Amino acid sequence: MAKVTIDDVTIEVPDGTTILQAARMIGGDLVPPAMCYYSKLKTSGGYCRTCIVKVEQGSAKDPRPMPKPVASCRTTVMDGMVVRNITSPEVLEARSGVVEFLLINHPLDCPVCDQAGECHLQDLAYEHGKEETRYEFERREFEQIDIGDKVQLHMNRCILCYRCVKVADQLTDGRVHGVLNRGDVAEISTYIQNSIENDFSGNVIDVCPVGALTDKTFRFKSRVWYTKPVDAHRDCPHCTGKVRLWYKGDDVLRVTARKDKYGEVEEWICNECRFDKKTTSDWVIEGPSKVDRHSVISANHYENLRVLKATIDRQKKALPHGEKVNLGQGALDPNNIHGK
Amino acid sequence: MGKKLLLEHIDVPGINTLSVYRSKGGYTALDKALKTMTPDAVVEEVKTSGLRGRGGAGFPTGMKWSFLAKPEGVPRYVVCNADESEPGTFKDRYLMEKIPHLLIEGMIVSGFALGAKSSYIYIRGEYFYVARILEQAIAEAYEAGLLGKNILNSGFDHDCYVQVGAGAYICGEETALLESLEGKRGNPRIKPPFPAVAGLYGCPTVVNNVETIAAVVPIVNMGGAAYAGIGVGKSTGTKLISASGHINKPGVYEIELGVPVEEFIYSDEYCGGIKGDRKLKAVVAGGSSVPILPADLILKTANGEPRLMSYESLADGGFASGTMLGSGGFIVMDESTSIVKNLYTFTRFYHHESCGQCSPCREGTGWMEKILHKILHGHGSISDVDLLWDIQSKIEGKTICPLGDAAAWPVASAIRHFRGEFEEFVRNGHSIKDVRHYYRLNGLPEPAYS
Ligand SMILES: Cc1cc2nc3c(=O)[nH]c(=O)nc-3n(C[C@H](O)[C@H](O)[C@H](O)COP(=O)(O)O)c2cc1C
Ligand code: SF4
Ligand code: SF4
Ligand code: FES
Repeated sequence: MAKVTIDDVTIEVPDGTTILQAARMIGGDLVPPAMCYYSKLKTSGGYCRTCIVKVEQGSAKDPRPMPKPVASCRTTVMDGMVVRNITSPEVLEARSGVVEFLLINHPLDCPVCDQAGECHLQDLAYEHGKEETRYEFERREFEQIDIGDKVQLHMNRCILCYRCVKVADQLTDGRVHGVLNRGDVAEISTYIQNSIENDFSGNVIDVCPVGALTDKTFRFKSRVWYTKPVDAHRDCPHCTGKVRLWYKGDDVLRVTARKDKYGEVEEWICNECRFDKKTTSDWVIEGPSKVDRHSVISANHYENLRVLKATIDRQKKALPHGEKVNLGQGALDPNNIHGK
Repeated sequence: MGKKLLLEHIDVPGINTLSVYRSKGGYTALDKALKTMTPDAVVEEVKTSGLRGRGGAGFPTGMKWSFLAKPEGVPRYVVCNADESEPGTFKDRYLMEKIPHLLIEGMIVSGFALGAKSSYIYIRGEYFYVARILEQAIAEAYEAGLLGKNILNSGFDHDCYVQVGAGAYICGEETALLESLEGKRGNPRIKPPFPAVAGLYGCPTVVNNVETIAAVVPIVNMGGAAYAGIGVGKSTGTKLISASGHINKPGVYEIELGVPVEEFIYSDEYCGGIKGDRKLKAVVAGGSSVPILPADLILKTANGEPRLMSYESLADGGFASGTMLGSGGFIVMDESTSIVKNLYTFTRFYHHESCGQCSPCREGTGWMEKILHKILHGHGSISDVDLLWDIQSKIEGKTICPLGDAAAWPVASAIRHFRGEFEEFVRNGHSIKDVRHYYRLNGLPEPAYS
């Protein structure tokens, strides 16, 4: 067991726990946002850098601070570790930088994006972003491609979190899905635009934090906040059959896996449940879903907005807003440079 | 004349062949290690020598070697990083091209020291012809019983392979290199685990630069203590410097660490002074990613001490007034150089080479390039310079691998030391071909550069 303190809250966790998992065990507003980590996918995390935190004390044995901010999703706790997340202005400043980076090339086409309302990037931008963009150049653009007849890829919206790549690697066999090219023209692709023909390929939609991979059978049917989530199950030969149905009136518009408050699926579902079972009579209804993830637009049936506001206020207090960084020659503090 | 340990016989005709290499004392280190030393004793000698990694980071090689995990029944690997793609660095190519057996001998000795039965030389794609030279040397070594089974009747088996990369700077980052070597996309791995525990194919692996591995040969020959006697302080031995830019004698020089920078630039033994006797403006001392320093700070530290070609002296003053020895890519710029233009070139390179895994580097490098392009063409504003500063600070230290830092440091240092020049471009942009020329034409005083 290891004792770790995050934003002044101490918890004891099993060895090998990551800082992010420890924060989730504590819960509340000190949990770092995670855009690429996904607890159900091995080797996920480390890419987006939104979950970075500051390690003020490495461990009881070696109390030195870590020189650079670390990705909390990929850093395991040590006994006596002291971590700062939303109580560190440095972390918040760095995180707002990451959010800005994720947004500069994002098309901001929320009004026509099926993910709007349950998009993690929207949440993140709302919570950590700035009101205006400092990016004045053309945003990069890719062709929209179909991955089979049920899934569409809008590469413009992708944040390269690699989650769908891990799904293809770990859930489906005969992988034909990966990343092509490099740098800011890297793109998700399937082999010669092959469909990922597999019973579980539809899960790439659920893991995608943005609207880059969407369900074609739900395309433009409704804004998600006009639909009502209901938990249901069926006897399925492929998966557990435990799903969430999204109703508009009496119609099932969409079927997804059930997700927890961090937006992670509880259990993977198969393509048959997701795409082919869209009538109430296919399902045994359990009742309305409790969705407790905060979300920008879906305030009506999402509960945490009040908490979110409080968090933002707390963060604002920690951040020296309006303070301009002085660049005058010699004004640089060499202690702040992590060169060596 | 400084002591030469690696390039001593470089001009001997036919030194690329096994017979001539041997006639000049080649493979005596291997013979000595196999016949008179234990593997651990070789590691000890390397530790004693104080050798530091020549690939850029300067990590003590002996320490790296002693971290190598040694679980029973698991193979270990030695991997040579010959990806050499940092702008301004071309010393490894010179060494491999001219005296390939030095590297091969180093590989076998390192393999012996670390208990590795196989080793790989990962060489950048553009060096395809050098790969052929290495393969030729390896074939000769096999034929002479210096590679393969039971080398020199010692019972030690070792195989050495050459793998050619496909043209990506990022594959020089050691974990991206290992991914690429395994046949995957060359993305840096997220550490830990470090290669010493889980490297190539998940097995304990040591990755070292070409020059580092070559230096093991003289260390075994002369003993670690004698090697440590050369150089200054913790910068022991000799270092290959790739000298380029506005100098009379560009090329690869082997120096004893500790030579004063001023001597290196101006003496006839090395760079031979600035071309056309123009004034020195700035130096990038260790490959494109290290901070650029203006003339006064590269010749003398902020405290007024003469700056030396050593890890410590170049780093003196931190990044506020110092830089790094890096890979030894020494780029000299005279007064006709535009720092903004040069920075644009560097930034474009890092943008082009980012692997795209992590957001700050993927998005930030391209953004910086676009802003610099704008400033360079006279469409920038003063706030763009501040924005550049802010972007680099949000990349530095927040990425998976050091390429993010490598992209941020040149930007930070150029603004830190040459801010006036950026402002000049903002004000007079596209009309400036040569900044100094502009000042002269307009009878303006030059801005203070530091
Ligand atoms: C983007 C990037 C590129 C690199 N390229 C090279 C290279 O071309 N050659 C090299 O020896 N090291 C390169 N390195 C450093 C290696 O990661 C590693 O530190 C080095 O090979 C270790 O060898 P050494 O200890 O002998 O220096 C690079 C590092 C980064 C981050
Ligand atoms: S398509 Fe979605 S899941 Fe895949 S990498 Fe992009 S953002 Fe992540
Ligand atoms: S810092 Fe750049 S090159 Fe390194 S892993 Fe991140 S995106 Fe790739
Ligand atoms: S969630 Fe940790 S880096 Fe993306």
